[in-house]
Amino acid sequence: MIRPDAELLLDIQDLHASVEDKPILKGVNLQVRAGEVHAVMGRNGSGKSTLSKVLAGHPAYRVTGGTVRYRGQDLFELEPEERARLGVFLGFQYPVEIPGVSNLEFLRVSTNARREKQGEEELDTFAFEDHVNDKLKVVQMDPAFLERSVNEGFSGGEKKRNEILQMALLEPVVAILDETDSGLDIDALRIVAGGVNQLATEDNATLLITHYQRLLDEITPDYVHVMAAGRILRTGGRELALELEQTGYDWVDQELAAQGAA
Amino acid sequence: MASSVLAPVQERGRAALEQLGLPNRRQEPWRLTDLKRLAAVSELPASASPLSTPLPASLDGVTRLVLNGFDDPLAGQVLPEGITALNAEELEQALGHTLDRCGCAQVWPVEFNHAKAQQILALRVRGRVGPLELVLAAGAGLNATRVLLLLEEKAELELMQVLLAEGASAHSHVLEVHLGQEAQLRHGVLATADGASSLMAHLAVEQEPRSSYALTSVVQGWNLGRVEPRVVQVDGQAETVLKGLAVTGAKQQLATHTAVRFDGPEGELDQLQKCLAGGQSHAIFNGAISVPRDAQRTNAAQLSRNLLLSGRARVDTKPELEIVADDVRCAHGATVSQLQDDELFYLQSRGIAAADATALLLRGACQEVIAQLPAAAQAWRPLERVMESLAP
Repeated sequence: MIRPDAELLLDIQDLHASVEDKPILKGVNLQVRAGEVHAVMGRNGSGKSTLSKVLAGHPAYRVTGGTVRYRGQDLFELEPEERARLGVFLGFQYPVEIPGVSNLEFLRVSTNARREKQGEEELDTFAFEDHVNDKLKVVQMDPAFLERSVNEGFSGGEKKRNEILQMALLEPVVAILDETDSGLDIDALRIVAGGVNQLATEDNATLLITHYQRLLDEITPDYVHVMAAGRILRTGGRELALELEQTGYDWVDQELAAQGAA
Repeated sequence: MASSVLAPVQERGRAALEQLGLPNRRQEPWRLTDLKRLAAVSELPASASPLSTPLPASLDGVTRLVLNGFDDPLAGQVLPEGITALNAEELEQALGHTLDRCGCAQVWPVEFNHAKAQQILALRVRGRVGPLELVLAAGAGLNATRVLLLLEEKAELELMQVLLAEGASAHSHVLEVHLGQEAQLRHGVLATADGASSLMAHLAVEQEPRSSYALTSVVQGWNLGRVEPRVVQVDGQAETVLKGLAVTGAKQQLATHTAVRFDGPEGELDQLQKCLAGGQSHAIFNGAISVPRDAQRTNAAQLSRNLLLSGRARVDTKPELEIVADDVRCAHGATVSQLQDDELFYLQSRGIAAADATALLLRGACQEVIAQLPAAAQAWRPLERVMESLAP
C-alpha cells in the first residue's frame, strides 16, 4: 500500500559494502515507507543477499560508504541485536542449525528481548507457550518443532516456516526476507507467503529478496527493483517482475554495457 | 573393608611403582602431560576429611553410597534388591580380572591406585535393579578408591557416579565392571571440581556378547585430570556407547584416553567426545580402537569435536585406529573450531546479545552430552555446574 505521507522507515543512500575487501554493493539507493512491500530481484551475485546481510549487521560485511537511516536513526551505529530489538528482521536464506538449543527456548529468549524494548512485559515459560501456539497457526506449523533443537534436521520448508514463525513472534517494523522462496515446493510457498501476508500491516514494511516471479504471485509488491553489479538498476511496479519473467535478465547486461560505454 | 584382600594388592602396586618410576615425556601416553602436577599428586597424604559443603539430597528411589576414603560406604545401608556385596573369597577371585583383560597391568595410574587404595566397594548385580549413585568425595589429600561391579547375565543397572573434590586434593579411582551376557549398564560420570584438585580415573569394562554398556562422562574443573575408559568386548557382539564432555578453563589440563577393543565379531561402538577449552587450558583426547582379525563386521564410529573458547587454549586430539579385520565399518572424525560466526549472528539477529548468544551456544554444546546422563544426575545440576564454570 503506497501512501506518500507514510513514515519513512528505511532510507538507504549511496550504500557501498565489501566482503573480504571485495566491493559488492556500489551505491544502493532505496526508500521504504510504512505499509509498503518491496521486491528486490536480480541474478546471483548482483548484491541482493549482501544488501540484506548488511542491513541486519552481519560481521563479515564491511560498510565502506553511504548511509542507512532506520526511522531516522543511523542503522550502522547499532549492534545486530539492537537492530533486531528495534524491529529490523532478517529472514535467512539458509537458517542456521543450532544443535542442543531448544527451539522453544530460543524463540522465548528472542521474543522477550524484543518485548522488553517495546516496553511490554516479559513472558514466562507458560505464558510464552500459549503465545507461541497462537502464532504457529500463521504458518500452520506442527508444535512438535518447538521441542526440537533450532532448525536441526528441519527440511527446507520447515526451516522457512520457522523463520516466518519468528517474524510473527518478533512483530518487526521492517522485515527483510532473503530468498524465502528458495527450496520451497508450491504448497510450502503458499503457506509461507500466506504467513507474510497475514503479518503485513500499514505500520510495517516488507523487503522481499527473490529470484523468481512466482513468490510475487502470492505476495503482491508495491515496488519491484532490479539489482545488478551492486546497484539498483531499475525500479517499477509489479509489471516489471512480469516483464523479467518473460524477457529474462539479458537487457540488464545491455544496460550495464551501455552505462559502461557512456 | 577387606583389608586382607587389599594387602597383597598394595604390595604389588608399591613394587610396580618402584619399578616403573614416575611417567616421563618419552612415553607416548604421557607425552603431553604436565608431569610436575602428576608428581605433586603422587606425594599427597591419604584423605581423612569430608567435603566442607553438604551433598545435595539424592532423587527419590536412588540408592546413594559415599566413598570418602575412610568411612565404610555400606555401613547402615540397605542395598536395593538384586544388589549384594561380594564376600572376601569372591572378591579375591574377581579382583583385577577385568583390569588384566583390558591391558591395565603395569599402567602407572592403576598401579598407583593399587599401592594407595585403602577402600574397596565390590557389588554383584542380579536382575533389574533400582538406580545406584556412587559419590566419591575428596575433602583434602588423596582419596584412593576402588570399585568392582559384577553384572550377571541379563542384569540391568543405572549407575550415576559423582566425583567431587575441593582444594589441594586428588582422586585416584579404579573401577572394574564385568558385564555378563545380555547385561545392560547405563553409566553416568559427573566429575567436577573447583580447579585446584586433580583426578585420575581408570574405568575398565569387560563386555560379554549381547551386553550393552553406555557411558556418559562429564568432566570439568580439574587442575590435572586424566580419565581413561577402557572397554573390551571379549567375544564381540556387544554394544558400547561412549559420550564424553570435557570442559577446561584457567591453566587446567585434562586428558581423556579411551580404548575400545573388539575381541570378536559384530561388535558396535558409538563414540562422541567433546572438549570445550577456555583460558590457557589444555584438553587432550586420545581415542584408541582396536579391531583384530577376528573382529569381522565390527561397526564403530568415533567423533571428536573440540571448541576453543580462547586464543590461548590448546586442544590435542588423536584417533588411533588399529584395524586388521577386513570386513568392518570404522568411521572417525575430529574437528577443532571456535564458536561459529554464523550461529552467533543468527542469534544476534533475533535480538539476543552477543554474550547471551555465546552462553546459549555453549549450553547447547554441553547439553548434547549432559542430556544423556542417567536421571539421578539431576540432583547434581550438571548443566548449571558446567555453565557456571564457563561464565566469563
